[in-house]
This record gives sequence, structure tokens and C-alpha cells, in this order.
Amino acid sequence: MTGPDGSALPTRGPGVLLTVEGLCKRFPLPRGFIGTLTNRPTEAVHAIDGISFELQRGEIMALVGESGCGKTTTALTLMGLLEADEGTIRFNGEDVTHLGRSVEAPRATIAALERQSFRREPSFQPTLTMKDLRRQVQMVFQDPYESLNPRATVFETVAEPLEVHGLAGTRDQLLERVRRALEDAGLHPAEDYLWRRPHELSGGQRQRVVIAGALVLEPILLIADEPVSMLDVSIRAEILNLLDDLRTRRGISVLCITHDLGTAAYFTDRIAVMYLGRIVESGPTQAVLAHPLHPYTRALLSVIPVPNPRLRRKRMILTGETPNPVHLPRGCRFHPRCPIATARCAEADPAWREVTPAHSAACHEAVAPG
Amino acid sequence: MSERPTAPPLLDVRDLTTRFITPEGVFHAVEGLSFQLERGESLGLVGESGCGKSTAMLSLLRLLPAAGRIVGGQALLDGTDLFGLDESDMRAVRWHRISMIFQGAMNAFNPVRTVGAQIAEALVFHGLAQDRGEAQPRVDELLEMVGITGARGSQYPHQYSGGMRQRAMIAMALACSPQVVIADEPTTALDVMIQAQILELLERLQRELGLAVILVTHDLSVVAEVCHRVLVMYGGVLAESCEVDGIFNQPLHPYTRRLLAAFPDLSRPEGKLVSIPGYPPRLNALPPGCRFAPRCEEVHERCLQERPKPRQVLPGHWVACHLHEAGAANDRT
Repeated sequence: MTGPDGSALPTRGPGVLLTVEGLCKRFPLPRGFIGTLTNRPTEAVHAIDGISFELQRGEIMALVGESGCGKTTTALTLMGLLEADEGTIRFNGEDVTHLGRSVEAPRATIAALERQSFRREPSFQPTLTMKDLRRQVQMVFQDPYESLNPRATVFETVAEPLEVHGLAGTRDQLLERVRRALEDAGLHPAEDYLWRRPHELSGGQRQRVVIAGALVLEPILLIADEPVSMLDVSIRAEILNLLDDLRTRRGISVLCITHDLGTAAYFTDRIAVMYLGRIVESGPTQAVLAHPLHPYTRALLSVIPVPNPRLRRKRMILTGETPNPVHLPRGCRFHPRCPIATARCAEADPAWREVTPAHSAACHEAVAPG
Repeated sequence: MSERPTAPPLLDVRDLTTRFITPEGVFHAVEGLSFQLERGESLGLVGESGCGKSTAMLSLLRLLPAAGRIVGGQALLDGTDLFGLDESDMRAVRWHRISMIFQGAMNAFNPVRTVGAQIAEALVFHGLAQDRGEAQPRVDELLEMVGITGARGSQYPHQYSGGMRQRAMIAMALACSPQVVIADEPTTALDVMIQAQILELLERLQRELGLAVILVTHDLSVVAEVCHRVLVMYGGVLAESCEVDGIFNQPLHPYTRRLLAAFPDLSRPEGKLVSIPGYPPRLNALPPGCRFAPRCEEVHERCLQERPKPRQVLPGHWVACHLHEAGAANDRT
């Protein structure tokens, strides 16, 4: 695995599905009238600033961070819905970073993006890549209350991707594939759900319909953006278990984007923690939880509420919020909020290094446990 | 709920029953809910969406939507029954003695007026200042209290982050120095780090101002971190209530146990999350017996016919379940 600055060499096994190297995405800010007259240099929001990671086949990885750390931008760039400024994305060994913009994005995707107010981003253009890629990478959005067309039946919603991709076949074949996707998403018997509309479904069922709509194309990678944050606690577990199940039964890889380390801890193999557009720590889930290397990860872990009263510990509350990604701090980007920052942290950007096998961090102070 | 014969509790809610009368039928949103809140205490009110927790709180403030009716019970605040007051007397209580931070209200600031002006307006409206100028010192004090420097009071809501807007909302709720603050899902839309900041703020305010707080949430672990006592609601009724440690060390109601198992707990990451099969009851078509019976794994014949009443089975530990009637010394009806 390579780090944010690409220092360590990647080990590319046969099992690697997705390789991201040095990915950058900036959103230029409007200069304004005076700025244009005086030819002031264009400033930009550094939404993602050089991130690299690999995803294995059949692996579930979590990308964890606070709002504004760039995790959703990463997902949209991977989907080809935003075009990367720098870096490469390899899917199945093929470079898919700049695939053509020939096809229009599915209506539902654009609508969901617009609701998340990406429409106003100046450089947002729904660049759709090859349909083949689109079939293999599917996305599950955060809010099942907003991402379903309220007037479409479950059948129409789940069948639409097949129609868009010209895979519908005969009516019977279409019905069969929709039915199978619904069953795989845990809605059985599928007949009970086919002709319902979103308002007749509970939150958990809606999210299952969204997942069925992604599964119907038989993708090999599912990108799930906060798949459970809008759901009640009592049904979160079923959606997480469903994603885990899909990995086991279909060998699907899942990239789960979340702000909740507690959720990520439960069903992922690997966790990558993002801060201000960079990955600051990455490693096997158990290792990251047991021996977090980066102070940011430690802080995030310390504020997760723990129900067990015997295990209540001192919270390490970071003051303020993630800094403005237009003017990034010098040195380590975490140093202004870091409880263990030294003079060196304000000067030098820490290199990405493997501290223990497969467990890496970008911190001057990171040391192997024990 | 523990007996304190010496001083009466600050807030004593007895058999609160609220219904929504709609064309689709009568919704039994809250049924026979009783609890007590001491001075300076914080109570966590927990349950799934639609279990009646917000309705119960809106009933206390008498701010129910038009279809809502309080059909029974009492809410004694320092001995005065809030449900017996006429509207003008209620206005002297609402915000002045008992106030509420509404769910999602941090997005309800007027976008074209500064945050400071909106808090000042509330102070003037409630007769605590003659005009905005007179209100200004108090506005600064309130903002300072929630960790916002006074200068930022002259900024507009869009210049605030989500966490700061929630802080400003808390400042607004404290404007009239209430004794009881009800916070409805105050951290639900916030990131974990901001959530921790807000919870710490609530704890600090509670300590410094001696506030009694009711924290309404669906997140048991948030309650575990900041509350003294927990009340678990299910389908409009009390399921279980006790000291916060008791609910985690010795959960008695099957619903509480299932709810705890559905929770990611970092202290046992190897454990599998178990969701609760089935759905909460429809409040216009309730089962005749225990409301949890259709989803309960330990259901008995009796649970399907007879509604369990809350009983104190251990000191200060109330539970409404037929499985726990051994220590039913004092029936609470």
C-alpha cells in the first residue's frame, strides 16, 4: 500500500481490485470582479490532496473522517462523477481516471447529487465514464428517504439501471433479475415489495431497495456513502450485516464512507482515516482500533460514546473544527489541533510510513506499540 | 423514580397520555407515562423513531400539533400542574422555567438576521429587556456561556458551522434562565467530534447552572456518557427506567437488551450486531397485550393478552414486563 506522498512502493497482488494513487481534486473558488481585474491567482478548495490506497477483491474498507475531510469527494471521483485533477485510479488494472464523458449520468444519480448541493460547485460536471465501468461500480447514497423517486414503484426503481444499460431483455427476464436483486438485498419474498412505493416502506426497507438497485447490475465494487447514518439504531445492524453478507456470497468489495468509527469497527477489514483531504492512518481494523498510531485517530476513538459504563474513559475533545481547506496549515495539517504537536510538526509535513506491517500513518510521533 | 420523601421532585410527570386524533384514526402516541426529574439531574429518554419520546416532551411544553391532545395525566413542576394552567399562565412557564432545544432547530435560524439579533429579539419578546441595546450584555453573556465569543454574535447563521449553530440554539434555550431544558436529539446531525463538544457543553452547563436536563435521543451510548438516569420508551409506553449503569449492567426488559445488542460497542468489536426483527407497533392499531410482544423472543401467552404495568423490581429500577414481577412490591397504578 502506498501512502499519501507515494513514498512506499505498492504491492500489487492478483487480488487488487482498485488502486488509487496520488489522487487530487480541487474546487476553484470564484475570483470575483476585482480579483479578475487585478489578476489575483485563483484560490481553490483542496478537497482531496493526494490520497492513495488499494482495495482488494472481496474486501470491505472504511474511509473515516469528519464532514469536510474529502471522503465524499473521493467517492464521487472514484465513480467518475467528478474528474480528478491529478493522480490515477486503476480499476481491475485498467486506468479509468479520465474515461470519456459520453453518456449522461442516470437521472437518479444526478438528482441525488443535486440534493447534496454539488450542483453549485463550479467544476461539477457529471462526467460519465464507460458504461462497463458504471456497471461494475455502484453507489449507495446516504439518505434512503431522498434517493428514491417517491412516485416510482420498487420494481421501476430497481429495473431502471437495467433499462439504462440495455440489459432489460424480455419482461420475464427483467422481472426475474429485479426479483433476485430484491431477495439478495434481503427483501423476501420479493413479490411483496415489487409494486410498493417508497412511502409504503420503512427506512431500513428503503435502504434495501437502494442497495437492490445497485446490485441488479451485478457490480463488483459497491461504494456506500454513510449507508446507515439516517437509519434507526435498531435496523442499522441489518444493513451492515447485509453488506457483509454480500461480500461473502457475491465476493463484492465495499468501500464504506462514514464519520462513525464505531460503525466501521463492526464490519470492515481495513480502516483508512482521512483528515483535511489526506489519509493520515490506514491499517487492519483491529490494529487501528487497538493501537491507533495517529493522534487524530486516537481523538476520534476517544469521543465515540461507549455504552459499557465500566469502560468509560477520558474523552480527548479536539477544539474547533476541521480548518478551511483553502489555506492549509504549514507542516503537518493536523498540528494546529494536535495535543502532542512539537515544533517540528509546524515545519515539516510528516512522511507516510509503515509503522507495523500493513499499518501506516503520517505522523512524526507515530511509534509501534509495545 | 427512586423515593425521596423529603423534597418533592422538580418535575413529576404522572400517567401522561397523549393521543393524535386524525382521519386515519386515533394514534396512541403516549400512554400512561410517569417519571420524575430531580433538580440538577439529567435524564435520558431513549427509543426508536415514533416511540413517542418527542410527543411526550412536546406535551410537557403544551406545544403539540393541532391533532394532538393531552387526554390524561399531570405534569407537576414544583407542585404546579402544567396541564391545568391556562395559556397565559403557561406562557410564563414555557421558556422561563422549562425550555426546549428542538430537533433540527439549528437549521431554523433566520438566515438574513445576525445570530445575536435573534437572541436579543427573544429576550425582548420575553420581557427581559426593553430593546436590543439593553439586551446586548445578556446576549454576549449567553454566547460566552456556550463557548462563542461575543464578537461572533454579529455574524449571520451561514457563517456558523453546524456545531456553532447548535451552540447558539442552546444559548437561546437558556435565555430566560430555565430550570429544566429538554434537548431533542441535539447531536444527531453532527459529526462525532462535534457531538462530543456539544455533550460536554451540556454537561458543563448542567453543573454550573444546576440545570435539570432531559436528553431525548435514539442513541443509548450518548445517554450512557452524559445522563444520570435512563428511561427507555417503546410504542408510547415506558419499557424500563433506572440509573444509567443499571441499564447497561443489568438490563431487564427484553427490548432494552435487544437495543443494547444492536449497538456498535467498541469494547466488544468481535461481537456481531443483532438488529431487532420486525417493526415498532403502529400506534393506531396496537396489539392488545404488551406492545413489544410481536417482536419479543421471550413472549408468553399472557404477554399477548394483558398489558404489563411498570413495576419497581429493584430499588429505583422500573420495568414494564411480565417476566419481571418477582419483586413487584409496589404497584404503581
